[in-house]
Amino acid sequence: MDRVIDLASKKAAVIFTKSSCCMCHSIKTLFYELGASPAIHEVDHDADMEWALRRLGCNPAIPAVFIGGKYVGSARDVISLHVDGTLKQKLIEAKAIWF
Amino acid sequence: MGSKSFKVGEKVYTRVGDAMPSFISNPNGTEGNTGQSSRVSNFGPHEQSIGFRGGGYNNSASLTSQTMHPDLQFSAYEKMLQGQNISQPNQVSNSDTSTEMDPDDKIQNFDIDPSNPYMASGSNDKQKEKFPEQKTQRRLAQNREAARKSRLRKKAYVQQLENSRLKLTQLEQEVQRARKQGVVISNTGDQSQPNSRNGSLAFVAEYSRWLEEQSKHTSELRAAVTSHKSDTELRSLVENATSHFNDIFRLKKIAAKADVFHIIYGMWTSPAERCFLWIGGFRSSELLKLLVTHLEPLTEQQLASIDHLQQTSLQAEEALSQGMDALQQSLAETLARDAPVVPPGSSGMANYMGQMAMAMGKLGSLENFLRQADHLREKTLQQMHTILTTRQSARALLAINDYFSRLRALSTLWFARPQE
Repeated sequence: MDRVIDLASKKAAVIFTKSSCCMCHSIKTLFYELGASPAIHEVDHDADMEWALRRLGCNPAIPAVFIGGKYVGSARDVISLHVDGTLKQKLIEAKAIWF
Repeated sequence: MGSKSFKVGEKVYTRVGDAMPSFISNPNGTEGNTGQSSRVSNFGPHEQSIGFRGGGYNNSASLTSQTMHPDLQFSAYEKMLQGQNISQPNQVSNSDTSTEMDPDDKIQNFDIDPSNPYMASGSNDKQKEKFPEQKTQRRLAQNREAARKSRLRKKAYVQQLENSRLKLTQLEQEVQRARKQGVVISNTGDQSQPNSRNGSLAFVAEYSRWLEEQSKHTSELRAAVTSHKSDTELRSLVENATSHFNDIFRLKKIAAKADVFHIIYGMWTSPAERCFLWIGGFRSSELLKLLVTHLEPLTEQQLASIDHLQQTSLQAEEALSQGMDALQQSLAETLARDAPVVPPGSSGMANYMGQMAMAMGKLGSLENFLRQADHLREKTLQQMHTILTTRQSARALLAINDYFSRLRALSTLWFARPQE
């Protein structure tokens, strides 16, 4: 769990993904479209990490998006925040993007 | 098969029904003789009788058998004939065969006047010469009766088949018509996916119900807008209409659990709507583009916000589309792996099963993409309402509904067009 928190705070935008998860691919694409360069951590072979994410309340566990060290949500939450402009706002505040 | 009157002696007998004169009529009917309900099986003295003209019937004794067994009836008749020294039992079956329209019918080798089959030609004496043994006669008559019944059964059966065939053609036409209008009617021959079929069918029904309710909400809203109702009244109507509009996303989510393919590939939409299909529904970015003209006048701020919302929606749509492309690619790669020939032996089969399991997992994510796409649609429209005034929201809802109604109407027109 500490490892997750540790990794999440290392960069402004952090996404935990799995190579087999295509929705993760969508979320990554969205961040790139916004001009962010999130740190991507694949947890394919790391059951502990996945478990830790679940313990933190990430549901579903993958993709798990952290902005400014704080858990933002999964795909559904990211879409909601994107549509009402909150996502961009958070990215700017965390200095992941500038405009 | 009306009644015919004949004179026998001084008495007038009326022959009723098309049946063989009741001696041999079967009161129970035979299977298949569905059309033969009007048989005469009872007759009282002097009322309904077999009538046939025959020279030699001096005795007007009537046959009082009532719903007797055919054989008994016949023997009663026989006795009567014997008693009267009449030698024309052949006439009995003769008249009956002659009423048959069946082309198979053959008139037995009796002497009959072609113009009046009921009349025996010649005198009684002539008949006497040709009269074979009674037993043989009886057998022959019974055979004839059996043959007649068989013909009647065949006729009834054929009639039934014809009716069924007609009904089948009608039903097939109805199905064709419905299919053309975009209603999904699955092949009855396909029994392999009962669950998904039931789910799809249930959704089709719920969708048409949703459409009906949608048109009610639209009418209410339209009336309120044209009659310039107050904002407060309008607001509640708008909220109701929006809430109802969002119901479809909930229905789709449930239906997708049963059959994601049916929903995501728009089998439930009208064909013209399907032209614009994107992950199981409309593109909210496109819808916003279309709505702008209907929402005027818009303030500068509103215009900018709507434009920005459209961009935002487009970005999310792009992201989801790329995810779907990745899914497609991944699925193809999974299935194309390890060459077409599965090597014999357990390892080959294990590979194959593993491959299938992986592919199954990938297919499973389709449901998630549909969910997120619908979520994007719902959220985008919700955001739109925050930018617009109440009245503008009402007009937006009306415009959206009109647009989709026209697409549906277009579909109907298209399939009803005259084809060479």
